[in-house]
Amino acid sequence: MYRYDEFDSRLVAERIEQFSDQVARRLDGRLTEDQFKPLRLMNGVYLQLHAYMLRVAIPYGELNAARLRALADIARRYDKGYGHFTTRTNIQFNWPALVDVPHILKDLARVEMHAIQTSGNCIRNVTTDALAGIAADEVEDPRPWCELIRQWSTFHPEFTFLPRKFKIAVIGAPKDRAAMRTHDIGLEIVRDDTGALGFRLFVGGGQGRLPHIASELKSFIPAEELFAWLTATLRVYNRHGRRDNIHKARIKILVASLGLDAFRAEVEEAFAALPKAPLAVPEAEVERIKAYFAPRPYAAAPPRFAAFDRALMTDPAFARWTRNNLRPHKQPGYAAVVISLKPVGGVPGDATAEQMDRVADLAERFSFDQVRVTYEQNLLLPHVAMDDLPELHAALGRAGLAEANAGLAADIISCPGLDYCSLANARSIPVAQALSERLSDPVFQDAVGEVRINISGCINACGHHHVGHIGILGVDKQGEEFYQITLGGSPDETASIGQIVGKGLPGEAVAPAIERVLKAYLARRDAGERFIDTLRRLGADPFKEAIYEAA
Amino acid sequence: MKILTANRLADGAVVWLALGGRWSTEFEDAVRLDPEPAAAALAQAEAQPGRFVAPYLIEADAAGVERRERLRESIRADGPTAGHSLENV
Ligand code: SF4
Repeated sequence: MYRYDEFDSRLVAERIEQFSDQVARRLDGRLTEDQFKPLRLMNGVYLQLHAYMLRVAIPYGELNAARLRALADIARRYDKGYGHFTTRTNIQFNWPALVDVPHILKDLARVEMHAIQTSGNCIRNVTTDALAGIAADEVEDPRPWCELIRQWSTFHPEFTFLPRKFKIAVIGAPKDRAAMRTHDIGLEIVRDDTGALGFRLFVGGGQGRLPHIASELKSFIPAEELFAWLTATLRVYNRHGRRDNIHKARIKILVASLGLDAFRAEVEEAFAALPKAPLAVPEAEVERIKAYFAPRPYAAAPPRFAAFDRALMTDPAFARWTRNNLRPHKQPGYAAVVISLKPVGGVPGDATAEQMDRVADLAERFSFDQVRVTYEQNLLLPHVAMDDLPELHAALGRAGLAEANAGLAADIISCPGLDYCSLANARSIPVAQALSERLSDPVFQDAVGEVRINISGCINACGHHHVGHIGILGVDKQGEEFYQITLGGSPDETASIGQIVGKGLPGEAVAPAIERVLKAYLARRDAGERFIDTLRRLGADPFKEAIYEAA
Repeated sequence: MKILTANRLADGAVVWLALGGRWSTEFEDAVRLDPEPAAAALAQAEAQPGRFVAPYLIEADAAGVERRERLRESIRADGPTAGHSLENV
């Protein structure tokens, strides 16, 4: 877990004071909206359809009980009793009043949180693998590197006014559980032949209007050169990115238009010109930060899991939940637990203040005071002892949080869409709800197995529809909502962009069409094939037919 | 005909220009304006940055908002069509 040092605390306190004054001057009319808008955006305050929206950064998705309780408290006092966890592992409050924002920011600062750089053309919150520090396939825990990047990028004077927003993801394993290749810069921790630690550096990923999967810029950069390579890459982008055209301003467009080799040559030239010593990653600092993320004081695994085994035999709901919502932990005797925020007919990623409080209690009791936000808009308790699982499951059930659908068809990723978002073309939430109800049969969900369904309310793709196995994009045709379906996207190490299958469907036709697609998969799959495997083997045609088949 | 709408500065609430220069949080109160007074009302709202954010005009007739903007404006008027804020409004 990160900790604020003296610099963080001072910077955040100064920023709150500055922004409070700006809010006061806006409220008494001394600042116009044109003057104020860039200032509020720098502090995570958007204006949506019904109200202001405050986006709070959750550094690489990590929370403890105190932080989660502070979020619950804000939801209760300043919002309508809930918050929305996003695909960037942040949380959004949909209803804060502008006059309250300074108070909210003070409450956040008390638990070392803020809303800085959650908007605007700067380096945003770094994201990572929700199984960081847990997964057995990991070369090294990516979180200390996320923390280093967080410190380096916060208020970075050179990179505060980039051509466009900039997103970085770091993973520590060859398996990509963070959609790393959809980021402006992606980093994968690797070791070279000598065993030295470093990164594969990816660049130019992005979703939105012109989606791109990131390309490998360097197959190995030594760990101590991380900041130098980041600086060189961002410097080239800062200089050559298209500031004249918002649709062409992301680094993905620059990489595509220059070509990867020419872009690499520019970055290498910028790298060569940089003074290396001041940018070298300080080893002592790395060690200090790594200590924050040291393994927990785990208990030795018992010879057998008496409570776990008993519950498995006697409680089918528990058994199903363990099959779908547990993720292996490298520490024997422990598992990571996905807390699904996708109840049947619910709003993907929403949690009530009460639920946040309950999860905070459970994190303290069962998971060494740690809880994470996943980019699939769920929560995760990273370190739960096997024999605690039955009790945890029961407690989650009482809070309405024991949905056993993690990674399944009903684990739908969805942006807020036109119900909240001022940029939206169509609603997302009602489509997600209808789909979740349609696919609610657990037997069907389990038969279908792993599949990713993503919904965005406009081409900005906050719901990651381009990289959903099944993507749903809301479009507006003369005031009517239609939904374009894409097939074959994937966010992992085999990343791909989904292809549009044909003309859009009206909202009520989406859920039945998706159900037919999943049935078509069940009818055609070979043994052991996931949905995406069958789709890749057969191509999209049989599934297109299923979509447009007259019901 | 046109309707003038904005968000209220202090809390972001959606408001409409009503009869007698009053602003209301109820869409039902919104007055229909001819193009000229509508433009004047908009200019007046824009001149009060201490009260309103992003004022703009909506095309409307007696029956309601023109079709292209109908859904967006009905969501602004009635709130989200789904989700937690329904129970908590
Ligand atoms: S994808 Fe579009 S509609 Fe959805 S949250 Fe992003 S900007 Fe809004």
